[in-house]
Amino acid sequence: MLRSAALVAGKDLRVELRSRVTTNQVLPFALLVLLLFAFALDPDRGTLRSATAGLLWVAVLLSLVLGVQRSAGLEAADGARDALRLSGLDPAGVFLGKAGALAAQLLVLEAVLGIGVVVLYDADPRASGVALFVVTCLVTTVGLAATGTLYGALAAGLESRDTLLPLLLLPVVAPVLIGATRATEAALGTGGAATSEGWPWVGLLGVFALAYTALGLVAHGSLMEEA
Amino acid sequence: MEPVVHLRSAVALLGRFPALAGASLAVGSGEIVLVRGPNGAGKTTLLRVCAGLLPVAQGEATVLGVDLRADRRAVRTRVGLLGHGNGLYDDLTVWENLRFWGRAVGADEAEMHTALDLMDVAERLRHVPVHRLSTGQKRRAAVAVLAARRPELWLLDEPHAGLDADGRDRLDALLGRAAGAGATVLFASHELDRAEQVAHRTVVLAGGRVVEALAPLEVPPC
Repeated sequence: MLRSAALVAGKDLRVELRSRVTTNQVLPFALLVLLLFAFALDPDRGTLRSATAGLLWVAVLLSLVLGVQRSAGLEAADGARDALRLSGLDPAGVFLGKAGALAAQLLVLEAVLGIGVVVLYDADPRASGVALFVVTCLVTTVGLAATGTLYGALAAGLESRDTLLPLLLLPVVAPVLIGATRATEAALGTGGAATSEGWPWVGLLGVFALAYTALGLVAHGSLMEEA
Repeated sequence: MEPVVHLRSAVALLGRFPALAGASLAVGSGEIVLVRGPNGAGKTTLLRVCAGLLPVAQGEATVLGVDLRADRRAVRTRVGLLGHGNGLYDDLTVWENLRFWGRAVGADEAEMHTALDLMDVAERLRHVPVHRLSTGQKRRAAVAVLAARRPELWLLDEPHAGLDADGRDRLDALLGRAAGAGATVLFASHELDRAEQVAHRTVVLAGGRVVEALAPLEVPPC
């Protein structure tokens, strides 16, 4: 399974390095979302600053949809899915590999967006919250990548997959939005929240990530068959 | 000797439509068999069933000794399918594609180079992203990927499509060589002049059933 995962992750990351879809399209889109929020809320700087955590993760979720569409689309083109099914690669490994590659791209995106909210929203990260923020990003990313990969495979079997994917995926990751926002608020100290208040939310995000990773490992093979 | 492909009254559904509606067919080891028939006859479905990609709803279906109704996944690593798509990632180079698919099935790099040589994929094209290649060059690369797998059963859907004369000659030689080594080839084609040159025999499909099994010279015009 791990060998299959490494092969698939390497392939997906190499595709990204060549096509630069994440860096040239998804990342600018995410920054544009941050910028539009700034335009909309700029008259009230306090509102923008207090909403920083939520806006950051909304931008990540919207970008996630694009990333998942791209990741699933790679296998939909030119008979690649059939080739994958005939390759003998472990379906659980394929899931892990695709989720791993997606997670790597999301982490880069979150790093840039993190800088973006500091510059655009005047977010003022405190030293005591750095570890919490980093762990929040890591755990959230695992959950989002696992859920996105699973729903990408699910939507691949549907005729209107591009329009249905956000409708299927976004409600499912709503708990992640809530948990990541609360943990990030604690890391930033928004609204007077203490750093320690963020860790229980990280625990919740961890449970979500574990649950969807386990579900993906079990279900991805069947979804590949149905697509 | 047990046939490599053995179908008896096999039914395969696409949704509720029986794309294969009681097909019976036996193909032996080392045979090259052309499957012909009008559009919608079930040729592609037959190939996908034999690859273990589509389930058999009724009847008997055994490929390479594997009962497809019991476990169709078990046959997949032993067959090679060249469908309408090439199974190549557009943003990767030919070599990167070959290395990915080759590693997936455990082929070594020497086999991959040999496969590219057999299809005469020029050295300068091996490191070019697939989306920059012509249709024919992509098809050559796809055949090379298939050859590197060294399948026991080759399943090809319109394999000559997009290939130039040299590419077609090379493909036919490759199929002949594979059959000579004991592999079995089942391919669908509308290009009958070319296909009948390489095929040992022909089966005709209509309405999801095998309606005739003929030697090449006996095949009536469609």
